[in-house]
Amino acid sequence: MFGAADTKRAAAESGSAPTRGDDLATGQQEPTAATTTSVSPARGAKTIEAKGVNLYYGDFHAVEDVTMTIAPNKVTALIGSSGCGKTTFLRSLNRMHELTVGATVKGQISLDGEDIYGAGVDPVQVRRLVGMVFQSPNPFPTMSIYENVAAGLNLNAGRMKKSDKDAVVERSLRGANLWEEVKDRLDKPGSGLSGGQQQRLCIARAIAVEPEVLLMDEPCSALDPVATLAIEDLIRELKTKYTIAIVTHNMQQASRASDLTAFFNLEESGKPGRLVEIGATEKIFTKPDQQATEDYVSGRFG
Amino acid sequence: MAPPTENQAGGPAAEGGGLALTTPGISGGVLPVWATYATVGASALLAAAVLLATGVYTVALMLLFAVPVASVLLYGWSRSVEGPRRAKDRVVTLLIASAFALAMLPLISLLYEVAKRGIPGLSVEFFTESARGVIGGGGASHAILGTLVITGVAAVISVPIGIMAAIYMTEYGTGKLRRALTFFVDVMTGIPSIVAGLFAYALFELFFGPGIRLGVMGSVALSVLMIPIVIRSAEEVLKIVPNHLREAAYALGTPKWKTIVKIVLPTAFAGLVTGVMLATARIIGETAPLLVTTGVIDSINTDPFDGRMQNLAVYAYNEYRSPGVNIQASYDRAWAAALTLIAIVMILNVVARLVYRRYKTEIR
Repeated sequence: MFGAADTKRAAAESGSAPTRGDDLATGQQEPTAATTTSVSPARGAKTIEAKGVNLYYGDFHAVEDVTMTIAPNKVTALIGSSGCGKTTFLRSLNRMHELTVGATVKGQISLDGEDIYGAGVDPVQVRRLVGMVFQSPNPFPTMSIYENVAAGLNLNAGRMKKSDKDAVVERSLRGANLWEEVKDRLDKPGSGLSGGQQQRLCIARAIAVEPEVLLMDEPCSALDPVATLAIEDLIRELKTKYTIAIVTHNMQQASRASDLTAFFNLEESGKPGRLVEIGATEKIFTKPDQQATEDYVSGRFG
Repeated sequence: MAPPTENQAGGPAAEGGGLALTTPGISGGVLPVWATYATVGASALLAAAVLLATGVYTVALMLLFAVPVASVLLYGWSRSVEGPRRAKDRVVTLLIASAFALAMLPLISLLYEVAKRGIPGLSVEFFTESARGVIGGGGASHAILGTLVITGVAAVISVPIGIMAAIYMTEYGTGKLRRALTFFVDVMTGIPSIVAGLFAYALFELFFGPGIRLGVMGSVALSVLMIPIVIRSAEEVLKIVPNHLREAAYALGTPKWKTIVKIVLPTAFAGLVTGVMLATARIIGETAPLLVTTGVIDSINTDPFDGRMQNLAVYAYNEYRSPGVNIQASYDRAWAAALTLIAIVMILNVVARLVYRRYKTEIR
């Protein structure tokens, strides 16, 4: 087992940028600095703009008239009570919403000015640019740790040199702060990791395909506080390369990890969720414009 | 007799609970570990004695009386020592174990009977020789080979169709077409096997004229029976592949077909193989559809596209219906064929289990 992992590691070192050696020496402290230089450079974070977005499940109006901008290289937190449409809205940003039978989208969502719901746009291409991390860690159970990270490449990229792939896997695992913990057991099943490690594995899998935007749907809700902290640190590092939108129920998490916060609310159950306000996280948590926001963030309801 | 039915809700249960709390020490008032076995044994002896005295003793009658008697005795004894909750538990456990034994009885009896009668007919000759040109003797190798070929071809036809249909139904189908398919698959599972045989015969008769007998006709008939079973089992297995795995693949920008081929099917692999094995085991012993499609023959034929083909079930039927000069030898061969068939089915089941254990994926 050590042999196989070492070979991969050696291949990764010899096959890519010379900076990798230094990187190994410094450990996992500064993964982003080293990773930007390797195989394929990131295409760069992009802005998502939503204009008058209405989302439906069949006849049920889930989200009403959301207009907001998700800024590049920033972490935007979506907060609000359960059932107010945060997750639904998030899933519409990479066209996952429409995978639910009967779900429809109205309005415009654009990625750096390009309408992702435009005629002739392939949802599969959109999802390659806008990655997603889910609420519960979902590594592919049939695949090893290595294969999980390489899944996006194996499934969607053309043939790739083994050494290049090794480099991407290492870079992604380092990017997800997981490399040091798993480098000796890359051929072991991903489902054997702890919950927090699995979630970081899923993040590594998502960033391995070099998306421009990373959507996170309550990525820490199934994790303990230590693992949560590790993911939050990771999110702060990742924003230097990606646009990040994160749905969370955890107020502390929103205030710790995000730059911008959007508050969603329901007027009453059965009514569609709406965006109440969006602003700098500090402002939302200290002196929001709306009374409803203040009530929510101060814990007076919800 | 039925003490469990007097399980009055509320009052007595609460009383039992109160009793347990007031009982000094948690180890107080428990029957010895052999209590249940002793009660059952004593009841059996009692029932046997009474039946012998009245002169109508049989094992079945004895068991029939022993179980209720044991239930009553056990309940009374346990209740007086352990209280009503444990008494009910003991009686219900006894009844469930008896029900299980009752369900196993026919199976054990069948296996015993087939083994007892089948083993005398087994010989090296049975497995190595056909019955070609032999009067009242010969082996069944032609039937064994025929069974394997016919069933194998049936599986080759059914597995791709069945699994692809299941994929359609779980991954693509929506609305009316899906509902209609589900309905027709349910109908197909209920088709009498002789109808499947006649269907295959009618189909081939259209092209080859009346009186046609081919191995592949049997395979087609068996496919009609096998496809719905494969669809049903594959559908169940594909349904339990969690949706979050599909979503994870979509979120990486994977097209749907690739998600199915690379993620869904590998995750469900063990279950799919098991389903196919069990479906094969289910159809391998069919007789009626093969009587009208593959016919009866005494020599080895392994080409499903050329002429008649023997198989084990029809062989057994034929040896029994028209025995040769040595009638007992024919009967022995019929039982030996039945035993061989059961052995093949068991092997398929065991292989299915092994495959499942080896390749199953932990799905959460």
